[in-house]
Amino acid sequence: MEGEATYVSDLDNLKATELRLGLPGTDAPEKPTPASPRGSKRALLAADEECQSKSKSLGADSSGQEAAPVAKAQVVGWPPIRSYRKNSFQARKAEEEAAGLFVKVSMDGAPYLRKIDLKVYEGYKELRKALENLFKCFSLGELSGMEGCNGSEYAITYEDKDGDWMLVGDVPWEMFISSCKRLRIMSGSEARGMRSSP
Amino acid sequence: MRGERSDMSEDEDGGRGGAGGGDGAGDGGTDTPVPFSDQVLENVLENVLQFLSSPQDRNAASLVCLPWYRAEAQTRRELFIGNCYAVSPRRATERFRRIRAVVLKGKPRFADFNLVPNNWGAHFQPWVSAMAAAYPWLEKLCLKRMSVADSDLSLLAHSFPNFKELSLICCEGFSTAGLAVIAEKCRHLRVLDLIEDYLEGEEDETVDWVSRFPETTTSLESLGFDCVGSAVNFEALEALVARSPALRRLRVNHHVSVEQLCRLMARAPQLTHLGTGSFGSAAAPLLQGGGCSVVDLARTFAAFKSLVCLSGFRDVAPHCLPAIYPVCANLTSLNFSFANITAEELKPVIRHCHNLQNFWVLDAVRDEGLQAVAATCKDLRELRVFPLDPTEDSEGFVSNVGLVAISQGCRKLRSILYFCQQMTNAAVVTMSKNCQDLVVFRLCIMGRRRPDHRTGEPMDEGFGAIVKNCKKLRRLAISGLLTDKAFAYIGKYGKLVRTLSVAFAGDTDLGLRYVLEGCTQLQKLEIRDSPFGDSALLSGLHRYYNMRFVWMSSCKLSLRGCKEVAQRLPRLVVEVIRDRDEDDDDEGVQKLYMYRSLAGSRNDAPSFVEIL
Repeated sequence: MEGEATYVSDLDNLKATELRLGLPGTDAPEKPTPASPRGSKRALLAADEECQSKSKSLGADSSGQEAAPVAKAQVVGWPPIRSYRKNSFQARKAEEEAAGLFVKVSMDGAPYLRKIDLKVYEGYKELRKALENLFKCFSLGELSGMEGCNGSEYAITYEDKDGDWMLVGDVPWEMFISSCKRLRIMSGSEARGMRSSP
Repeated sequence: MRGERSDMSEDEDGGRGGAGGGDGAGDGGTDTPVPFSDQVLENVLENVLQFLSSPQDRNAASLVCLPWYRAEAQTRRELFIGNCYAVSPRRATERFRRIRAVVLKGKPRFADFNLVPNNWGAHFQPWVSAMAAAYPWLEKLCLKRMSVADSDLSLLAHSFPNFKELSLICCEGFSTAGLAVIAEKCRHLRVLDLIEDYLEGEEDETVDWVSRFPETTTSLESLGFDCVGSAVNFEALEALVARSPALRRLRVNHHVSVEQLCRLMARAPQLTHLGTGSFGSAAAPLLQGGGCSVVDLARTFAAFKSLVCLSGFRDVAPHCLPAIYPVCANLTSLNFSFANITAEELKPVIRHCHNLQNFWVLDAVRDEGLQAVAATCKDLRELRVFPLDPTEDSEGFVSNVGLVAISQGCRKLRSILYFCQQMTNAAVVTMSKNCQDLVVFRLCIMGRRRPDHRTGEPMDEGFGAIVKNCKKLRRLAISGLLTDKAFAYIGKYGKLVRTLSVAFAGDTDLGLRYVLEGCTQLQKLEIRDSPFGDSALLSGLHRYYNMRFVWMSSCKLSLRGCKEVAQRLPRLVVEVIRDRDEDDDDEGVQKLYMYRSLAGSRNDAPSFVEIL
């Protein structure tokens, strides 16, 4: 499942940046998980155990000292939450992350529409940049609709869940992506009309 | 929720091993002919003893003399086995011939937290085989932390014609195929409760087990499958609910949307327990449109005159929450522990819940949410606050403020499980004074070895106050920065403590010694990552036969110490568990699990388990 693949690759990245108390270059070869009839969820947990078993053993030896790198490493089975519960949230998070939020983007005068995933952007600036890139072949110049832009003839608008066309940029980003159904890059006089209202 | 399965909870169970307790008289299996007068006495005894239900009472009765032992064995109907390896199936079935209900527990509790490698054991197979032969009239089975295969379920379904109730709690190894056989073959099934189990093959082809129930009216009273990861055939489920007039408890999984739930509810207004599944809209969460009308949903809930327990809410759409207002006043049990809601979303709900006794919630509701709980739920007996982000360095959403608020508002509190990032001694002391009825106190300070964040002191005084002031305390889980002093308190005052969970605590062997010497009722001891060594282990030799088990992982034990225990206590099974056959054969013991047993070393131990 896509979600779990993401989780596993995240795990690999985590391991790469994990701080361990060991000589650089020494890395015990990964022992394969013993064959078990479990589904991949359990295999994930076993992989989890593998990369953490090293850091866990520190607990017994260095009970007094709590070096900063050690505190950051996750410990097996701590906090004591059942895998069942942990997985319920992780699976759902992964599902949400994998799902994406694709909306159509139309631009006045362009022969075809595009589709973008709103979830990959962190804010309006990134979105605008992405839209510029998408439609630059139609020679736009700058896209307006945000603060400090002038001299161009386009406004980025969106249709919200009530069916109204709104100017992009007024509401907080999170609220925007939860209500945006599609985007439209409006041109010419229509755009000027929107921009003139404060 | 598991309120009704109190016999499965870690705090109140059937005492010392159902079968293992009174076996001093040897195998009662062989029957020599009994004189007539003795036979009369036994008949009288049987008629009296059949009214004894508690396993402790029965164990005591069985120790009086041989006739009593025999009479008790003949009249016992419910068999409680707290550790499946404490006695062999053969021995249990030979002694108790007329069992109708069995409770069987397997793996140590720390298996829930991935501390026990896969394939460690606790196989149901030898038990179901023995029972299939010995107990044809078996009606009820409750398994906890057992490894259950589909073939076991199949054998079960085919061997017990009168089978009525199956509860699987924290089990693994079976799949929807096994469920299908149960549904199809157990024609008198009343209860099928799957609680936090791990099903196999959820990503592969799953079997449509819900369609396999009898097509006629069923006798189902309880159906719980919220842990089943795969979607069930909804039409079949709806039809099943429609032809199950006795259904009182229904817990669906998160694949059931709130619209579908509406339809199910319309079929079963007599429900007392409802697990609501996702309680979110079938439409993608961020795109509105379609979805339930809150008014309709509320109306559906309003028809539920007998509803006392609500759970589920896996993907709760906050705007749907008001639908449950009509039933809140009657609720005694509410499980929001999978619902990521804020204090603002909780308040309007909890305000109505005057009769709430059990409440499980996520810390996302923050101290403010807990204050709202404290303000309304004056009858609260059990509270569990789970972390939304179960990592050590997550933002702490609840704190000493919430704990104090609860202690002030909910004076009848008996059981608490509280996850937080940090705590103060003062708050814990306050709780110890306000909640004198506490039987279970489990505080998990997720930051390991974290001191009182206001004073910088260890958390010794807080836990000390708990054991001192809460005179009914039976179960304790400690955390945070703790010195040997905390253990001294526990040993001195925790005279009724039966279960103790320790993590990242203590300074020296003295800590463990205090507990082993002081806690005379201790049954279950689980310790991880604490600096206790061989001499501490050996100081408890006088206790281990009176305990169900001891678990110690990542402590300072050595093979020599463990071997000595094994030698001195022949009826104790001492297992040393290695993670994946570590090459380093050092003297250190990473995981120790030891338990009293009449069965000797088990013959199904995997290669990474060494029995000393």
